[in-house]
Amino acid sequence: MPAFDLAATPLRDLNQALHAVTPKTNDRAFEIRNPRGSHAVAVGCSEPVTVAVHGSVGYYCGGMNAAADITIHGSAGPGVAENMMSGRVVVEGDASQYAGATGRGGLLVIKGNASSRCGISMKGIDIVVGGNVGHMSAFMGQSGHLVVCGDAGEALGDSLYEAKLFVRGKVKSLGADCIEKEMRPEHLQALERLLAEAGMTDIEPTEFRRYGSARKLYTFNIDNADAY
Amino acid sequence: MSYHNPPTPPRKSATFDDASLAEIRRAAATGIYDIRGGGTKRHVPHFDDLLFLGASMSRYPLEGYRERCDTSVTLGTRFARKPIELKIPVTIAGMSFGALSGPAKEALGRGATIAGTSTTTGDGGMTDEERGHSELLVYQYLPSRYGMNPVDLRRCDAIEIVVGQGAKPGGGGMLLGQKISDRVAEMRTLPKGIDQRSACRHPDWTGPDDLEIKILELREITDWEKPIYIKVGGSRPYYDTALAVKAGADVVVLDGMQGGTAASQDVFIEHVGLPTLACIRPAVKALQDLGMHRKVQLIVSGGIRNGADVAKALALGADAVSVGTAALVALGDNDPKWEAEYNALGTTAGAYDDWHEGKDPAGITTQDPALASRLDPVAAGRRLANYLKVITLEAQTIARACGHNDLHNLEPEDLVALTIEAAAMAEVPLAGTTWIPGKTGL
Repeated sequence: MPAFDLAATPLRDLNQALHAVTPKTNDRAFEIRNPRGSHAVAVGCSEPVTVAVHGSVGYYCGGMNAAADITIHGSAGPGVAENMMSGRVVVEGDASQYAGATGRGGLLVIKGNASSRCGISMKGIDIVVGGNVGHMSAFMGQSGHLVVCGDAGEALGDSLYEAKLFVRGKVKSLGADCIEKEMRPEHLQALERLLAEAGMTDIEPTEFRRYGSARKLYTFNIDNADAY
Repeated sequence: MSYHNPPTPPRKSATFDDASLAEIRRAAATGIYDIRGGGTKRHVPHFDDLLFLGASMSRYPLEGYRERCDTSVTLGTRFARKPIELKIPVTIAGMSFGALSGPAKEALGRGATIAGTSTTTGDGGMTDEERGHSELLVYQYLPSRYGMNPVDLRRCDAIEIVVGQGAKPGGGGMLLGQKISDRVAEMRTLPKGIDQRSACRHPDWTGPDDLEIKILELREITDWEKPIYIKVGGSRPYYDTALAVKAGADVVVLDGMQGGTAASQDVFIEHVGLPTLACIRPAVKALQDLGMHRKVQLIVSGGIRNGADVAKALALGADAVSVGTAALVALGDNDPKWEAEYNALGTTAGAYDDWHEGKDPAGITTQDPALASRLDPVAAGRRLANYLKVITLEAQTIARACGHNDLHNLEPEDLVALTIEAAAMAEVPLAGTTWIPGKTGL
């Protein structure tokens, strides 16, 4: 098992080793110790490897991940799994701002709380948060699912496109053009699948409410100008 | 004797001129601000307000047809493992697939490649046609992140982080529903036909300290190969340049208010930002103060039309320039041969700027397949290459006349200004004097 102690090994060596993995590589389980808030840990992975990070990381851990399964046994700084394409990133602790920003695919699981702008501009990623999310989460979310098992802060789903939002607890306020929508069977099925994939099987999909775009701002109308 | 009062001739207000009155009526009738393409149309101090002095008793010129005048430039020498080498110091500015048709993007790639320079993607991702036809392709990293993915990040030749652009510093983009075709919608992960709004701020960093970490991430993802540019709109060029250097840029791209946009509010284009001429010296001073001039390269854009503009920008300290509007004109945009169709759209060749409507008779700023097919990408690419080579030759002509064997040896001392404003902005003497307003006494 390739192991990297970031207290003694440059970040470059780690990411280079991850990028050197090919479909023929046998040793596909990476272990990282002493990240101590390092930025850009395990970014740009493009092969199905597993990466276990023992400790907390700084900005952009798992950035642009494609196919890798990354678990952070600690908390994550801003932009964890930003622009993820596929694969899975799990944060055992809390996540800072912009978690899963612009993500296009894959699953981001945050077992604790996520700060503001979780899922900002999300483009297909699925995000499951065990705790609460901060303000402006899913801002301009285009596609994918954001599942919040706790509460959501102010302006949830502001200027939302087609991302689907599910919140189990309270929503402090909804952003421009975001409304509560009917929970249909297909949404419950999607929720059940996402909760199972996130390992949160003790929560019932029926406990959630669904939010989405009212689509009133999709084309400009001067009479909607006060929405902003 | 009878006295006859002469009639008072009608007098229009200088404040409420015809254009202002028309805009008031248009706003009242439509309930939407005026959206258009292009850059500022108002007169602002520009390169035309500068003159080269040429050789004289104190300097001798180089022979125009015999003595070499180098035009090449290397971008990304600070940190990138693979800097890019351009044969000419004129690049093609970022213009998106979506704003432009597929054949137009292909033509830009073909023309730039023949001329030995780079093209740049835009707010919409990278197309295979563009990558395939551009030997050197700069991939824009924009707030919207439309089309952003690690595969394209690794197959580009440089990365341009867009903080702002000259037409709208502080503003995001928009692509109206008429141009959101199936392919554009798929690339941007948006429903077809909606008015697409691009964010004005990046989603996962907020200032130069964060940006430094973002750049670290991009370098790590691309194994430190790619030059990283930071593009800013002309606003606070000294501080923006200094902060871009601090954040770790290899190259700073500085776009003045004459720089075009695919679609923005006219009020934004005309009233926000600085003219290109006012941007260059503060940016160069920032680089010099940090000991980074020529180490971090400076690309200037916004209103570059001819070789004199290229030479003047370089003389003021830029390493290269970018062209956008001029490149589109070279492809065939606003060509008078389409005059009847421009008239049908209520405009005229040379004034057509409703690029957001997707009805471009020249087939460039459109997603309509029938219109787009009007542009032959091979022929249009050849026209662009010709244009790029001509303006480079023009710049060489001027440089040789000033006694320089490299375009980058042009210097402010080669220039004078025709107006006090231009003298103050370019920090060169008013012609016939030694006066640099704000710098020297009369």
